[in-house]
Amino acid sequence: MVLQVFTANRVCDGIVVFLAEDGNWTTSLEECRVIGDGGALKQAMATAEKAAEYAVVADPYLIDVIEENDAIRPIRYRERIRAYGPPIHPDFAKQAIPAATGL
Amino acid sequence: MYHYDELDQRLVDERVEQFRDQVTRRIAGEITEDEFKPLRLMNGLYLQLHAYMLRIGIPYGVLSSVQLRKLAHIARTYDRGYGHFTTRQCLQLNWPKLEEAPHILAELAEVQMHAIQTSGNSFRNITADQYAGVAANEIEDSRIWAEIIRQWSLLHPEFSFLPRKFKIAVTGSPRDRTAVKFHDIGIVIRKNEKGEVGFEILVGGGMGRTPMIGQTIRAFLPKKHLLSYLEALLRIYNLMGRRDNKYKARIKILVFELGIEELQKLVEDEWNQIKDGPLALPQDEIDRISNQFAPPQWKKPQAARLGAEVQRLKNPAFADWVNVNVTGHKQPGYAIVNLSLKTLDAPPGDVTAEQMDGIADLAERYSLGETRATHEQNLVFAYVQEADLYQLWRALDELGLATPNVGLISDIICCPGLDYCALASARSIPVAERISRRFRDLRRQNDIGGLKLKISGCVNACGHHHAGHIGILGVDRQGEEFYQITLGGSADENASIGKIIGPAFSSEDVVEAVETIVNTYVDIREEGEAFLDTYRRVGEEPFKERLYPELTDAAA
Amino acid sequence: MPLLKDGKLIEDPWTHIPDEVAVPASGPVIVGLKRWREERDSLCKRKDPVGVRLKSNHTAGDVADDLEHLGVVALAFPAFTDGRAYTNARRLRERYGYKGEIRAIGDALRDQYLFMQRCGFDALEVRENETEKNWQEATNAITVYYQPAADGGKTALQRRHPPAA
Repeated sequence: MVLQVFTANRVCDGIVVFLAEDGNWTTSLEECRVIGDGGALKQAMATAEKAAEYAVVADPYLIDVIEENDAIRPIRYRERIRAYGPPIHPDFAKQAIPAATGL
Repeated sequence: MYHYDELDQRLVDERVEQFRDQVTRRIAGEITEDEFKPLRLMNGLYLQLHAYMLRIGIPYGVLSSVQLRKLAHIARTYDRGYGHFTTRQCLQLNWPKLEEAPHILAELAEVQMHAIQTSGNSFRNITADQYAGVAANEIEDSRIWAEIIRQWSLLHPEFSFLPRKFKIAVTGSPRDRTAVKFHDIGIVIRKNEKGEVGFEILVGGGMGRTPMIGQTIRAFLPKKHLLSYLEALLRIYNLMGRRDNKYKARIKILVFELGIEELQKLVEDEWNQIKDGPLALPQDEIDRISNQFAPPQWKKPQAARLGAEVQRLKNPAFADWVNVNVTGHKQPGYAIVNLSLKTLDAPPGDVTAEQMDGIADLAERYSLGETRATHEQNLVFAYVQEADLYQLWRALDELGLATPNVGLISDIICCPGLDYCALASARSIPVAERISRRFRDLRRQNDIGGLKLKISGCVNACGHHHAGHIGILGVDRQGEEFYQITLGGSADENASIGKIIGPAFSSEDVVEAVETIVNTYVDIREEGEAFLDTYRRVGEEPFKERLYPELTDAAA
Repeated sequence: MPLLKDGKLIEDPWTHIPDEVAVPASGPVIVGLKRWREERDSLCKRKDPVGVRLKSNHTAGDVADDLEHLGVVALAFPAFTDGRAYTNARRLRERYGYKGEIRAIGDALRDQYLFMQRCGFDALEVRENETEKNWQEATNAITVYYQPAADGGKTALQRRHPPAA
């Protein structure tokens, strides 16, 4: 089954965030809400759209992720770079970068 | 340099307040991202991969030390302590917050700077020759005309919603350093047969997914008609440029579809209607602006100049730097000094706030308090006395800005790529870094000689790969980064577009491919022949054979 | 739809007549260019005034010879990013000397009102919630102009070098 996560940039500072379990937006992949089936998707989409309407986040969209060793990681390298920060600046990393990411 | 008068200042101040209001409306949720986007873009604010990005315009690349210190202050206070010089003489900040963007613009306005129209479908920063006013064989100072165009193009009521972005460069030297033929409009200062100075107007150059070289639409335009002619040309483009397809909306496509003669006719018709109207430039305004770029009081060459000569003999590292990074000046006793922003420690074009402060201090001490940005993502001190070269070199070396590689293979133009950019297909900075490491031996770089290597992380070609003697283009192949190589491009007065040499290389193999290309050149070059000349003499075959032995074998 | 005319919100005295609807016998009407060309004579004979709608791919030249008969030229902004109408407005005012109403129809941002005013628009059809105050603020946000345009506003250059008295 394809796992998905909502991501966006926060309006006030532009930082990459993910939709969390509690409906807030978090920079941490650990706290993000993983969407598996259709019902959960509908609800998450409504939350994301509301957040865009209220200018909390800009342009939310879904990304594909996999779960590996209890950690969530985006599949496309573009999204991995978004999640972990620019590879040329490991000092800006927003979260521990799993060795398997290839960044 | 040009100093704002009360009117210039008021416009920029008013613009800051206008943007403050727009940002407040956005954060309050009164306007949507779709409505806000064009407004923020008109003030140079992008939403990139990780954060907002603010592009600050540096008109024709000229910065006072006061301005440079302000940029350092902004980078430290509102960003992460560094900035990035672009290929169009701008500075980008990668981590500004939206809520603080109006403060940043207000601080910029304090030093006569802004970010207006550094993005969006209108005129972008007007660029000019970084050696303007000091190049030995210059016809006339391009900054004067770039400033005149800057004012005319700022918040133009008719042309703020063009089909697509619009880039103008001005050059006043026979030797082009502005990539003038790759601009929507290129302006080349020329003398006609009567000895009058005016402009050759080129149109339709550009990079992107359809690279084109600008063509002459007017061989000679008298000075006073510059703005009316540009207005006529822009009017035709505004009406006839394609708006149905973003990728066909640049003026180069209109030139291609209409043909240069047809476009020329339309523009001349329009121009004849307006040329004697209020856009005709009065001599007193030309004089007012020219006076602000008047040459400084040159000092007599000092006897101490010999000191630099002696150091040069004694100190090979200094000698290398002088040979590579220092260029002849029109004034005896002076030199033009290039500061390399291509080190192994940072991405091409990046400078820290501390370096900016250090450069500002050195510019005050050694170069009349002025620094210039180049389209090749380096900096220039245009007024250095030869007698000061040794001291300056030592100070630059301490700042990490004396790498003697300007014009050599490790002086790479490179876009931010997928490390930062939302549009990118692949990373470009790490490739630049690996190539620089591979060729780090300065003796080898000098032996290879002048070689322009340019890297873009996607087809939009911000890294000018089409114009690289060696160009590298990052592409996404089913989720993997691959790199396509082009050979034979050039951005100078003999501009050419590079040709794809063959199948793309994996990230792992691309540096080795560059090595092979360079070795092939070294093996087959004639005495004193530069890379581009060898390529133009022998064509792509010898390079292809060495790069793809399996392909050429199969064919044989 | 409310009309902002010279900065004042007024009831629109004009009626847009869609291409497929018959032109009423009386009342000021705005018709499409095609209809204007086909029914020019009968439209001119009406006792009430007539105006023409131009799409953004039409040009000012399309109505240049008819301007004496037209009370309104309405220029379309199919999207606020389509800037062709600015050129058409300037040509109507500056080249063809049109003195009647030039109105903007379609998609516009508040932040564009100043550009419109400078290019010769004196009216625009606006959303229900638009206010005169927004118009005022938007058109006064920037008070320095570098470019001569249809409004005849003094440019920075003219202020710097006033003509000798």
